Amino acid sequence: MSEKMDKKKVTPEDIRIGVYICDCGTNIAGHIDCSAVTSYAAKLPNVVYAKENLYTCSESGIAEIINGIKEHNLNRVVVASCSPRTHQPLFQSSCSQAGMNPYLFEMANIRDQCSWVHMQQREGGTEKAKDLVRMAAAKAAFLEPQKDIEASLVARTLVIGGGVAGLSAAEGLAGMGIEVILIEQESELGGLLRQIDTLGPEGDKASERVSGLIGALTARPNATIYTDSKMEEISGYIGNYDVTIRQEGKDQAIKEKVGCIVVATGALPLRPEGLFGYNGTNVITQIELEQRLKDKTCDAKDVVMIQCAGARSKEWQYCSRICCMIAVKNALIIKKQNPEANVHILYRDMQMYGTEKEKMLWEARGIGIRFDIYSADDPPDVKDGQVRFYQPLMGQTREIPSDLVVLSTPMVPREDAPELSQMMRVSIDQNNFFMEAHAKLRPLDFATDGIFVAGSARYPATVEEARSQGLGVASRVATILFKDKLVTSAIVAEINPETCVGCLGCQQMCPYEAITYNPELNVCEVNTILCKGCGCCASTCPSHSAQLRGFKPQQLLRQIRAV
Amino acid sequence: MLDVGRHPNIELLAYSEVEKVDGQAGDFRVTVRRKARYVEEDKCTGCGACKEKCPTIVPDAFNEWLGERKAIYSWFAQGIPSTHTIDPAHCRQLNGKKCGVCKKGCKADAINFDQKERIVELNVAAIIVATGYDVFAPSRIPEYQYGKIANVVTAIEFERLLSASGPTGGHLDRPSDRAIEAEIEELEKKANRSQKVIAKFEEQHGEASGEFYARYEKGEYSGDEERGKWAEKYQEHLAIVEPLKALKKKAGGFTAAKRLAFIQCVGSRDFRFYPFCSGYCCMHSIKEAIIAHEHGSETTSAIFGMDIRAVGKGFEEYKVRGGNNSNIRYVRGRVAEITEGPNNNPVVIYEDTRERKVKDEEFDLVILATACAPNSGVKQLADLLDIEIDNFGFYKTSATQPLDTTRPGIFVCGCAHGPMDIPESVAQASSAAARAVQTVTASEQMRKAS
Repeated sequence: MSEKMDKKKVTPEDIRIGVYICDCGTNIAGHIDCSAVTSYAAKLPNVVYAKENLYTCSESGIAEIINGIKEHNLNRVVVASCSPRTHQPLFQSSCSQAGMNPYLFEMANIRDQCSWVHMQQREGGTEKAKDLVRMAAAKAAFLEPQKDIEASLVARTLVIGGGVAGLSAAEGLAGMGIEVILIEQESELGGLLRQIDTLGPEGDKASERVSGLIGALTARPNATIYTDSKMEEISGYIGNYDVTIRQEGKDQAIKEKVGCIVVATGALPLRPEGLFGYNGTNVITQIELEQRLKDKTCDAKDVVMIQCAGARSKEWQYCSRICCMIAVKNALIIKKQNPEANVHILYRDMQMYGTEKEKMLWEARGIGIRFDIYSADDPPDVKDGQVRFYQPLMGQTREIPSDLVVLSTPMVPREDAPELSQMMRVSIDQNNFFMEAHAKLRPLDFATDGIFVAGSARYPATVEEARSQGLGVASRVATILFKDKLVTSAIVAEINPETCVGCLGCQQMCPYEAITYNPELNVCEVNTILCKGCGCCASTCPSHSAQLRGFKPQQLLRQIRAV
Repeated sequence: MLDVGRHPNIELLAYSEVEKVDGQAGDFRVTVRRKARYVEEDKCTGCGACKEKCPTIVPDAFNEWLGERKAIYSWFAQGIPSTHTIDPAHCRQLNGKKCGVCKKGCKADAINFDQKERIVELNVAAIIVATGYDVFAPSRIPEYQYGKIANVVTAIEFERLLSASGPTGGHLDRPSDRAIEAEIEELEKKANRSQKVIAKFEEQHGEASGEFYARYEKGEYSGDEERGKWAEKYQEHLAIVEPLKALKKKAGGFTAAKRLAFIQCVGSRDFRFYPFCSGYCCMHSIKEAIIAHEHGSETTSAIFGMDIRAVGKGFEEYKVRGGNNSNIRYVRGRVAEITEGPNNNPVVIYEDTRERKVKDEEFDLVILATACAPNSGVKQLADLLDIEIDNFGFYKTSATQPLDTTRPGIFVCGCAHGPMDIPESVAQASSAAARAVQTVTASEQMRKAS
C-alpha cells in the first residue's frame, strides 16, 4: 500500500483528512459539545469528511472509519476520542484494513485530557477540544507512510527458575512443541516446595508433587535442564536473545540463543530477625516448622502462631496472600499428629479467600484450633513461654502459654531480583517484586516485549496459582514463537549518518540500550527492534540527526503552530 | 473484546448454545444451536437506527433493570459483535401485531422476521469452559430486605449507577428518588392532558377554572349540567396537580447519595447459602467506595466485613489508601439487619465488634457485596459435557492440573472454576489456552505417527 503512496508523493494539496469525533457515550459528549467540534473539524484545512460517533471503538464506529476511507478517498484519519495508549492500535489496524497506511493515522485525546478534566466547563472544554482536533489535523497532513519492522525469531525459550511456576512453564512450552531451556541455581529442581511437608491437611505430599512436575518435564525430548546454573549475561531482544549461563564447577560458560525468556525465580519467606523474639528454636517460622513436621519432630503442646509477622507493616506494606492458608494448614497437621496439642492462631484478618481455603478455616475452628484477633498497633509480646496480647473484641489483655511460637512471615523477593531486573531491563515494584505490564489485563507479561513472569517472583502465589501462571506464561510465549517472524511498530528513532558526529549523547540517554556506536563510520546507530520510540535521543541530539519517526520536528512544529 | 472479535483465528458464535458434545480429546464434535436474532449478521452494521425507531420499551438487563432498552437492541454499546437482536418476547411484529418499523428504518436491509435458529456442527480438538458465575440473589436473605427497601442495592447495580454510560449517567441518584422522579414525569403527562380538558371549558366560558370553581362550590350553578362537568374535570385536575406539587417539592431536596454502607459476605461465608469466600468482593467494595468519593468528595463510606481480604498485589496498600484518602471506614462486624428510616434512608443494625456495642446507623444507600454463585446452568452444562462438579458447585479440577476438568480435552478457567479476581482469571485463561494447545499438539503428533 505504502509503495503506491510513496510514488504518488502526496503534497499538502492532495491531503484528504477524515476526522472522527467520539462521544464515548457520555464520557466526552456529556461534558463537551461533540457536534460543535465535528462541524468545526469539517471546516479545517484538508479535512474532507467529519463524523461524530457514539463509540468510535465499537464495531459500527470502526465500520464508519473503513467506509469513510473508501467512500471519501481519505489518505489521513484523525480520531478524537480517548487515549492512544489503549485505542491507537485498533484504529490503526482499521485504517490498514481499508487500505490506508496505518502510520497516516493521528489521534487527539479529548477525553482523558479534555472532557474528564473540564467536567464543569462545557464551553471552555469544547473550545479546547477544537484546539486539540485542529492540532492533530495539522500534524496528520505532514505524516509519512511507514512500513512495520520485521525480524526473525528463534523458536526457543529460556525459563529462569525451577520451582512450580518455572517447571509448569517449561512443561507447558515443551508440550506445545516449543524448545525449552530451564536453568536453576540450586542443585535440585523444585524450589521452595522441596522444603514443604504436605500441601494440605489431607496429606498430599509436596515431594510427590515436585517429582510429578519434574517427571513431566524430563519426559519431554525438547527440554534442556541446567541445575547449579545462573544467567551471567544477556544481550539481544525479543526473538533473538543471546544468553550466557554459568554452571557451578564448570569453566566453560554455556551459550544459548532464545526468542523469549520466562522469569520464575520465586520468592523466599522472610527471616524475622529481631521480631517477636525469633530464635529458631522455640520461636520459629512456618518454613522451619515444615521441616519439623516433615521429620515428625514437632512435639510442642502449646503452639501459638502469629500472623503478619513482618507483613502489612511499615517495612513490608503488602499482604503476602498465602501465609494465613499455610498457618491453618500447618495447625491442622499439628493437631493430626498430636490431637492433645493446643494451637492458637493470632491474626489481623484471616485471608482464606476462595472455596478450599475457607473450608479449611471452618475445619480448623471445628477441631478446636483457637483464633484470636490482635491489633496491629499493639502486637503480641512473646516472653518466657508466654504470649501476651490485647484481644480487641474482648477488650482484654490475654496471656497464653506457649512452648512453640510459629511466626507467619511474608514472602519477600529474592535479594538478586533488582540485579536480575537490571540485567534484563524489566521493572520491579516498590517491594522488589517483578512488575507486570498491567495489573489486571496483562498479569504475566512484562512491559518489555519477549520477557514474561510467573509465580512468586511476581507476587506470593500458592502452588496451584504458580502452576496456573506457569502454564499461562507458556501460552503467552506461544503467541510470539508460534509465528514465523516478528513484526513491530515503525515508530522508532532514526539517525542520519550524514550529519551525526558520533558524540554519543543519544546513547547515554537511551533507556533501552538501543543505540550503538559504529567506530568505523563514527556515527551512532539505532537497533529498531530494541527502540521503543520514546524520543529521548531525538530531544538530546545537538545536530538534530536523531529523529523519531512520526514525531519529526516538521510534524511537531506544525502541530504546535496550530495552537 | 474487540481484539477477539477481529482476530483472524477466532470465530465468534454469539447468541448460541452448546447442544451436544460427542467424541474425545483431539476430536470433539460439538453441536451448537445458533438462536434466531431476526437480524442478518452479515448485513447488520450495528448503526442502531432500528432501535431509535422501535416503539417497544423493555427494562434493560445489562443495566440491571435500572434503565430501559428497546425490543430490538444490542446488549451494550461496545458489545461484540455489534449485531443487533430482536427480543422475541417483546417485539410487536413477532407477537402478531402490526409493526415492522425497524425493518423500514434499516438501511442495510438486515431485519429478517422469518429467520430461524440454526444448528452448527463444529469439529474441535479441545474445549474451554469459561461460563463465569451468577450474582447471588440477595432477596434470599430476609433480614437485608433487598427488593423491599428501595435504597438497598447490589454491588453490580451500584456499578451501573456509577457508570457514565449507565442509567443515571454516573450520577449517584438513589432508586427511591428515581422512582419519585418517574412518578413526577407520569403525573406531569396526566396533568398536561387534564389541563387541555379544562382549558376548553375556560375558553368556552371566558373564565379561569379556579374562580369559577370557588363560585360553584358556593352552589351558584346548581343544576347546570355543563358547568357541573367542568367542576368535575377541575376536581380531577386538582387531584393530579396537588400531589404533583408535593412530590416536586420533595424532589427539590434530592441530592446524590453521600453516605454509603457496603455490606460484605452477602451470601458468602454463610452456611445458609455459600460457605466459601467469594474472594473479590472486599476489593470491589473498596474500589466502588473510592470511585464514589471521586464523584463527590463529601461522600463517606462504611465497609462492614468480618475480615477485609485484600490479598492481591497492591491490594492491601489500596485498602489503606482508601481509608486515608477516600473517607472509607472499615467496620469489623456482620450486619444483623437493615430497616428503613425517614426519607427512605436504610438503617443498618450491627455489632461493632471492636467497640463491643450494638449500633444502628442511617445511610443514604446500602450496597450488598453479593456472593459469586455457581452458574444456574452449571448442572445442565456439566451433564452435557460429561464433566463433574465440585462440592461448591463449580466445575471440578485437580490440584495437579488446575485447568483440567474430569474429562480429557475439556478445560475450565475463571469463575466457572471458582471465585477469582480479574488478574487471576486472565492468567487462568492463558493457562487454559496452553492446555488446549497441548491437546491439539498431542493429537496432531498422534495423527502424524499413525
